[in-house]
Amino acid sequence: MRYAVYGLVVVLIILHQDNWLWDDKRLILGFMPITLLYQAGISIGAAIVWFLATKFAWPHHLEEIAQESPAPAPAPEAASETAPETGDTE
Amino acid sequence: MIQLVIIGIYLGLLLFLGVFSSRLFRGTSQDYMLASHSIGPFLLLMSIFGTTMTAFALVGSSGEAYKEGVGVYGMLASSSGIIHSLCFFLLGIKLWSWGHKYGYTTQIQFFRERLESDKIGVILFPILVGLVIPYLLIGVMSSGVVISSITEGAFDSAFAAYDYGVPPWLGSLVISLVVLIYVFFGGMRGTAWANTFQTIVFMVLGVVTFFVISSKLGGLEAASHAVLEKNPSKLMRDVDPKDRAAYAKRYETWTLIAKYNYATRVLKTLTLTPEQKKQAYEEFKPRMPNWQMTAEAVFAAKNSLYELTTEQTNKALLKQDDRVMPDPFPEKWTTDLMSHHALQEYPRKANAEDEQAMLIFGNKIGHPNHDLDPEDPSKGKKWTIKKALGVYRATNWAPDAPHPMSKLVFFTYFFVPLSVGMFPHLFQHWLTARSAGTFKLPVVAHPLFIMIVWVPCVLVGVWATSATFEGAPLFPPHFPANAVLAAMVKKMTSPVLAGFLTAGILAAIMSSLDSQFLCIGTMFTEDIVVHYGGKDRFTDKQVVLMARTFIILVVAITYGFSLLEPRRVFTLGVWCFSGFSSLFPIIFAAVYWKRLTKAGTYAGVLVAIGTWLYLFKEAGYAMKPNYTFLGMMPVATMVVASAAAMILVSLVTRPPSKETLVRFFPED
Repeated sequence: MRYAVYGLVVVLIILHQDNWLWDDKRLILGFMPITLLYQAGISIGAAIVWFLATKFAWPHHLEEIAQESPAPAPAPEAASETAPETGDTE
Repeated sequence: MIQLVIIGIYLGLLLFLGVFSSRLFRGTSQDYMLASHSIGPFLLLMSIFGTTMTAFALVGSSGEAYKEGVGVYGMLASSSGIIHSLCFFLLGIKLWSWGHKYGYTTQIQFFRERLESDKIGVILFPILVGLVIPYLLIGVMSSGVVISSITEGAFDSAFAAYDYGVPPWLGSLVISLVVLIYVFFGGMRGTAWANTFQTIVFMVLGVVTFFVISSKLGGLEAASHAVLEKNPSKLMRDVDPKDRAAYAKRYETWTLIAKYNYATRVLKTLTLTPEQKKQAYEEFKPRMPNWQMTAEAVFAAKNSLYELTTEQTNKALLKQDDRVMPDPFPEKWTTDLMSHHALQEYPRKANAEDEQAMLIFGNKIGHPNHDLDPEDPSKGKKWTIKKALGVYRATNWAPDAPHPMSKLVFFTYFFVPLSVGMFPHLFQHWLTARSAGTFKLPVVAHPLFIMIVWVPCVLVGVWATSATFEGAPLFPPHFPANAVLAAMVKKMTSPVLAGFLTAGILAAIMSSLDSQFLCIGTMFTEDIVVHYGGKDRFTDKQVVLMARTFIILVVAITYGFSLLEPRRVFTLGVWCFSGFSSLFPIIFAAVYWKRLTKAGTYAGVLVAIGTWLYLFKEAGYAMKPNYTFLGMMPVATMVVASAAAMILVSLVTRPPSKETLVRFFPED
């Protein structure tokens, strides 16, 4: 399923290159240029594909990394006592 | 003045938000720069989206659609919906996990460890800051233009040189200061909150603007049908034969005017008698601004009242279009007639229209609320300087030739959104996420949000090409693209709504500026001061202070550039993004390719910036908006060259140590 999602991303990229509408000036619904409508459809398609990615291709193991690593900075009240490092690792 | 008050209240609200968020500041540099990894999905979505949508999205997209048509959406917006989310998904989550695990705050910290190279920061720091500056410049410059356009006539006697509105330099300065203040107080948390607030503001007001403007144009259908009637090419990516024919006719008339002016003003071989002029005016029907000159030119040509040689004709065309006259005059132009395309090869004289417009229309220029003739109000109001410049350009310069969008250019635009993979400010935003799951909402919603913002802007820009308001064309030919949105808002809405809508435009601009301000301060302290000075040498308070000081320095430099900068927002933005895109192969390989070496990365970075500098120079430093290299967007060459150099050099040099590889690729 993961590869199917990646495949859909490739399909989106190909569909984005809509050569067939290059000289089409039709207005859909009386106001929307067909090229713009089609490309807005690509945006909606992208949102759907990325939704599928979060369902079927999400790197769940990276969630665990966050749990394994040190806790985020303390609450404001305790900050002055245990101020964490600046983030520099050198 | 109402607009100015509303903008002032909005800026005050932002300052309040910055100060309020500072009350939650935990006093550590980690909190100042990364909000202590506490940002949830909604704030992350809004802050990332607000950061990526700049003046480029609102002011630039409508301006570019006005120039190039609806194809602009496919060129950049829909491709961004795919590529931005791809970058968040493939790069953002992984970099977040390493940042969280190993404590990175900046890209350079990651690269130093991943590549086992301390010196990579020495190369990357100036390149990243150097590329962020033009990005900042877009926002600073646009904010000044927008405020200036919307406040025309706000003052009674002050700022006459700026049409009695806020001068762009002052608008830019105020916006820079407001953003500086709330970034100073709020740090990353304040920035994330301000971004969220501003993103909501500009999205809501953007949609409101769209419907108000469409209703003023007679509704959605009427607005689009006017384009279909007058400028059909703007609705597609090819040139409609109707537009080609209309252009041919306009260019022919313009040529007559050029020749007539050359004969009467330069050669002085022709002077029409009052009777001839009277006859010319009677025979001429269209009554556009400055129509008398056209009438005289048509009359003189029709009656063969003068004759010019080929050389004189070419000189007449150059002069009329305010082009620099070549010296010596090329031999071929003494026998061959210049085409419009050949004419455009010669640069236009800088600020040529300023002097001429003042000379020709000086007596009409004044306060836009004052009558042109106090004894006869029916003659209309005084002209602004902008209007005089507009009329000069429209009546003197050659008409724009319609041109199709190149399929290769459209395709290679796909490389431009890759830039988000290397934006240092976005890297920093990724690290603020509370967990990997926080990324889900931004990944899914980002393409939809782009659509919500861009579709209305592109439509408004396209409508502007053909819109009429109160019986006259809304924009004359050669109207500055950057000013289209602000001018429409000003002309077509009430002062109250115009004030709100301007606040919305400024919100989009500021929501990017703040992240960029914060990121350059972070990079300076983390990658230079703390790295080379030693992390125990400075207290957190000192680190925050240094970050703030460096931010002021860079903002001051950017502001200085904004006073000189005349380029189109869109063009400048594309060059800036292209630079970041050319570094995309480096970040992608660092995350996914174990064989990437230190030397390979150096090669990739140097080739990326080398090709960028070369092509930027070839493009006249962004002065040629339609510049292509090998028929493609220059970014394609940069990305391919950078990737090739990186791969080839990596393959022949020593791979990173096993310890480093285990650290970054444990699952393998």
